[in-house]
Amino acid sequence: MLRYIIRRIILAIPILLAVFTLVFLVVRIIPGDPAQSALGDYASKEAVEALRERMGLNKPLLVQYFHFLGDLVRLDFGESLISGKPISEQVAYALPYTLELTLAAVIFGVLLGVPLGVFTALNRNNAIDYLGRVLSLAGLSVPAFYFGILLILIFAVELGWLPAVGGGDLVGEPFKSLKYLVLPAVTLGLIMTTSVTRLSRSAMLNVLSEDYVRTARAKGLAERVVLIKHALRAALLPIVSITGFWAASLIGDSVLTEFIFSRPGLGKMLVGAILQRDYTALQSVMVIYAAFVVAINLITDLTYGLLDPRISH
Amino acid sequence: MEQDINTLEQPIVRLRSQRERLWHTFSRNRTALLGLIMVIVIVLVATFADDWFVAVFQGRDAQHLLAPFDPAKQDTRSRLQPPDEAHRMGLDTYGRDVTSRIIYGTRVSLLVGILSVALGGAIGTFLGLIAGYAGGKVEDWIMRSVDVLMAFPSLIMGLMVLAVLGPGMSKMIIAIGIMCSPAFVRVVHSSTLSVKENDFVLAARSIGVGKFRTVRVHILPNILGEVVVLASIYTATAIRVEANLSFIGLGVAPPTPAWGTMIRDGTQYLTTAPWISIFPGLAILITVLAFNLLGDGMRDIIDPKSYT
Repeated sequence: MLRYIIRRIILAIPILLAVFTLVFLVVRIIPGDPAQSALGDYASKEAVEALRERMGLNKPLLVQYFHFLGDLVRLDFGESLISGKPISEQVAYALPYTLELTLAAVIFGVLLGVPLGVFTALNRNNAIDYLGRVLSLAGLSVPAFYFGILLILIFAVELGWLPAVGGGDLVGEPFKSLKYLVLPAVTLGLIMTTSVTRLSRSAMLNVLSEDYVRTARAKGLAERVVLIKHALRAALLPIVSITGFWAASLIGDSVLTEFIFSRPGLGKMLVGAILQRDYTALQSVMVIYAAFVVAINLITDLTYGLLDPRISH
Repeated sequence: MEQDINTLEQPIVRLRSQRERLWHTFSRNRTALLGLIMVIVIVLVATFADDWFVAVFQGRDAQHLLAPFDPAKQDTRSRLQPPDEAHRMGLDTYGRDVTSRIIYGTRVSLLVGILSVALGGAIGTFLGLIAGYAGGKVEDWIMRSVDVLMAFPSLIMGLMVLAVLGPGMSKMIIAIGIMCSPAFVRVVHSSTLSVKENDFVLAARSIGVGKFRTVRVHILPNILGEVVVLASIYTATAIRVEANLSFIGLGVAPPTPAWGTMIRDGTQYLTTAPWISIFPGLAILITVLAFNLLGDGMRDIIDPKSYT
């Protein structure tokens, strides 16, 4: 198992390096001079030239590239072109909000999706199953921002139960900030919930027709035991893989959810960086997103190996 | 009592052509059929929003046909007017008819959705076929590149490409096209791997059929079903992503009506004039649902065992 873990980690390194390279190149081919756009159209030539010098833009591309990699290894993201503040500080403030949101949405998706999937599988081809199928397709079709707006209208405006915007004080008062998390997490988690429901249903249906489930029932085991110990355990593998897929996907979708609910987070940084052409912020944020996706994929693979020993060999 | 086998009533068997058989299975699948009907209606709405097909020949500007009003006509005195007899979905912040803007907005959604998937699907299928059939170094390079692209969440990738290209409809089509191509590469690659092991491929190769012809005539038709299903589902995704990007403010430029932009404009008036945002959202929901139903139904037909 240890060898499997080490091998997987080593395999992730070239991908991470390729991702960093891609981000570096993409940011370099964005049209326009970053120094010029940071200083505005009326800046003097000398000022722009000085900034270019300070940002290292006058150095050869290869030198810039190694500087970029070197800074990443030291987790030094440089300074924002617009505000001049260190990006690491902004990231340290924003990242917990994004991770909190993504994690909550994933938990919501699994805790609601898996039981719903099992339930519809047990009611195969009757009214409940059909209703579940229609609802899950509808859930896959709602744009997240639209669903978020509806939630704000109902729970924040009409009923006044939950706050509509903001993220609370996550570091100072973590428990009080939880109520800021509910609506965004549900918004972000909806699409995952429907997808997990559909997958758990088909995974359960596949497993329920297996011989060992029939044997377990024939032995006279309680239905609950058969379902949980025999069937669900075997259906867990595809569920783990789709959970990993969605965790990676939702960390990207969180950009939009943060935008709708005016939550602090990486998404706000990203959209701001694109609109203001703050290219040091842009490359840092993209690198962080991609690094998280690579990490999530790694964890998924490792869980896989843990659940099914055949894979790790 | 035994009957001579020849006197038994013979069932009348009419052989169906392949196309007829396909339609037969398709029309029996309620999900697919419902999706198809919805898609056709939506395409008709987009086509006949105005009379461009007549106007082109007469050399004049197109006039609204299916849409009750001109989507750009402003009436600032009656801005934010709630739905009534004339304006079934009310008026927006500039006093423009929401119904008409939704009808015209169908065009942006469909164009971006269909063209981006056509682009991404074509590139993805092409690379997937090459990777699957050629194998070796080529396969390694293509599939590792896909792994790298897959490390970016789809929305982040779309934003990244848009940051390079700048906003606008054609750029959005390219961005979303690039975003969905890796999925096509993966699916086509794995299907090609399994199809090329068939004896008919070996037979074709052994009688001297060239590589390109083998791929085009013997492999591609066998994986086309899966590509079509994926295309339908990704069209749904692409329309949703287009709406997302428009909502953030990176979509089609303002005077052209797009659903995501309309919802964005309405968010400031959610409590006073919710119709500005609610109705375009329903339009997105219905359109995305149509393509999802179609794709889902077709997947059922191709592979009845799984639906995920």
